[in-house]
Amino acid sequence: MERRSLSGWGRTPVSVADVIDADAVDLDRLLAGFGPRGAIARGCGRAYGDAAMNAGGTVLRLADQELVLDDATGLLRVGAGVTIDAILRESVQRGWFIPVSPGTRYVTIGGAIAANVHGKNHHRDGSFGRWVKSITMVLADGSTITVDPDSDPDLWWATIGGMGLTGVVTSAVVEMIPIETSRCLVDTVRANDLDELMAEMERGDERYRYSVAWIDLVARGARLGRGVLTSGDFARREQLEDTDPLRYDPGHLASVPAGMPNLLNRAGIKVFNEAYFRSAPRRRTDEVQPIARFFHPLDAVGNWNRLYGHRGFIQYQFVVPDEQHQVIRRAIERIVMAGRASFLAVLKRFGEADPAMLGFPMPGWTLTLDVPAVPAVLADLVVDLDEMVLEAGGRVYLAKDAVATPEMIRATYPHLERFVAVRDRVDPDRVWNSDLSRRLEL
Amino acid sequence: MRNAMGEPQTIVVFGGTSEIALAIVRRLVTPRTSQVVLACRDVDGAERYRETLNAQLAPAAVSLVSYEARSYASHPELVAEIADRVGDLDLVIFAAGVLGRAEQLAVDPVAAAELFEVNTVGGVSTCLAVANRFREQGHGQLVVLSSVAGERVRRANFVYGASKAGLDAFAQGLGDALEGTGASVLIVRPGFVTTRMTEGMEPAPLATDPDSVAEAVAAALSGRKRTIWVPGPLRWLFSVLRHLPGPIWRRLPLK
Repeated sequence: MERRSLSGWGRTPVSVADVIDADAVDLDRLLAGFGPRGAIARGCGRAYGDAAMNAGGTVLRLADQELVLDDATGLLRVGAGVTIDAILRESVQRGWFIPVSPGTRYVTIGGAIAANVHGKNHHRDGSFGRWVKSITMVLADGSTITVDPDSDPDLWWATIGGMGLTGVVTSAVVEMIPIETSRCLVDTVRANDLDELMAEMERGDERYRYSVAWIDLVARGARLGRGVLTSGDFARREQLEDTDPLRYDPGHLASVPAGMPNLLNRAGIKVFNEAYFRSAPRRRTDEVQPIARFFHPLDAVGNWNRLYGHRGFIQYQFVVPDEQHQVIRRAIERIVMAGRASFLAVLKRFGEADPAMLGFPMPGWTLTLDVPAVPAVLADLVVDLDEMVLEAGGRVYLAKDAVATPEMIRATYPHLERFVAVRDRVDPDRVWNSDLSRRLEL
Repeated sequence: MRNAMGEPQTIVVFGGTSEIALAIVRRLVTPRTSQVVLACRDVDGAERYRETLNAQLAPAAVSLVSYEARSYASHPELVAEIADRVGDLDLVIFAAGVLGRAEQLAVDPVAAAELFEVNTVGGVSTCLAVANRFREQGHGQLVVLSSVAGERVRRANFVYGASKAGLDAFAQGLGDALEGTGASVLIVRPGFVTTRMTEGMEPAPLATDPDSVAEAVAAALSGRKRTIWVPGPLRWLFSVLRHLPGPIWRRLPLK
């Protein structure tokens, strides 16, 4: 056990907790030792805010565990502390891919379940939880149980996306998807304004399994919301001339050293955005890209979160329903007006929602942006964005959140009461706590 | 919990009628602040302007609790009670203090000891009780209102100055002791601040006002500083004054 300062991936305010490297078999023994502040599990620490922090309490890190892939069925039995990176290094060569991948492969299975992560294929394949067949978890009373969607639907849908607050997931069975090659065929479209971009995305829904758009949040006026849409799917065997079609070598370009000043200042972001936009082709089809480049471009640079300097940054991700698509334009106008350009702004379409009680996605549009944590600018921006999201019947994503209020969450997560009822049942004394759960009164 | 912008959800002030502290609260309160607790001696007196504060600080709810700096035995329990009611203490301001009449304090042993009881002893017990709570919760920011008067004690108000010097030294040590616990201490050393407490006194050079102190505190909290002087140049002035030879120091026309 070690007392450590922890922060989220956004590197904003830290808090101190006792960090314990735990083995799944130790958990019931450890339970007795948690103090009044309780415990929360932490995976790779990629939640941007305070979801995997527990000030004054215990933070559990699960050791790497089993990883067993059945080639006949594609079912993966995997320990909660295993990362998607580790899974892909094993599975891709054998012709299997993770059904839902977030923008980084450095997340654990436990984290992917807790945040019910989504990826470029949400409009087709839903969130991660849809592909999980069963979960083994340790409850607050020390018992170890295996749950599936039918055995205890309430506990299941409270745990999927439940931010780790129902118990500690120790392992899961995940349905993998078959792939013939490790390469994607990617179509790129450069759109000169937001309307063009959104129209292009709506058209692409049916055609592409994977799709996401980058938006230039520096461009103003007629070019507001211009962006680059990339869409694609895995190449089939006959589409590639390659003797080793399932080769997987994710690679790593460089790492950002500690103590970096804030390089992502206004000028830096402007230059980057202009260059990125111009370097994209107007329209290109069937470009062959390896998995890492298409799914995890940011992973090429280790510790890229340090680029924002010591103050860190927040990632604000919200969703609004389809009929409120004009909110995306208003939000972008507001962000551009703030003059704090976002380095990374991503627009994505969501498909059907899952029954997860704290589920984030709904059919519609989700916009994600990074903003440096400069309170003077950020505070007003967040108030305005929150108001737009609230009015539109949308919500913000808990795995990213570091600034929402309990009122905002209560007003936008309609099943929060059911979630609390499940917690009352399986954890009446509130053993599982996080800075997020305290801040948002979950 | 403080959020990613460092905004507190809860603010507690000991010495809740202090104009400087209230200016700091007004500056730091945001739409994401839910509770402001003012612990003060004269709850009934404060009740009169609670409505104004409620309106100014909305949507945060303002509440008053009775606090006597000299009843140090009650402080641990009081801090626990406040935490039970509002949850984690994100930001605590220790602002209890009396100035007294310098001429009387210089010759009245009982009055001088009583002033120490509020400014120093009460500060020690209150801040330690808060620090214990911070350790338990793994985070928390404590702002201690000290004074440049304590940096080198002037003959004109040496009792007050000495009481602040004691508080200041204690707060420095407390900040160091809390290293690694997630909690932090910010020591604020204003010069002459124009408030009710200094009414009728002639402002010293480099005088300031509560809003300037509040602005400096806000900047210091987000910049993770440990000690600030308000206005800033006082730091350099006092680093010179501190090292003046005694015979010269005593002859300076400092009120």
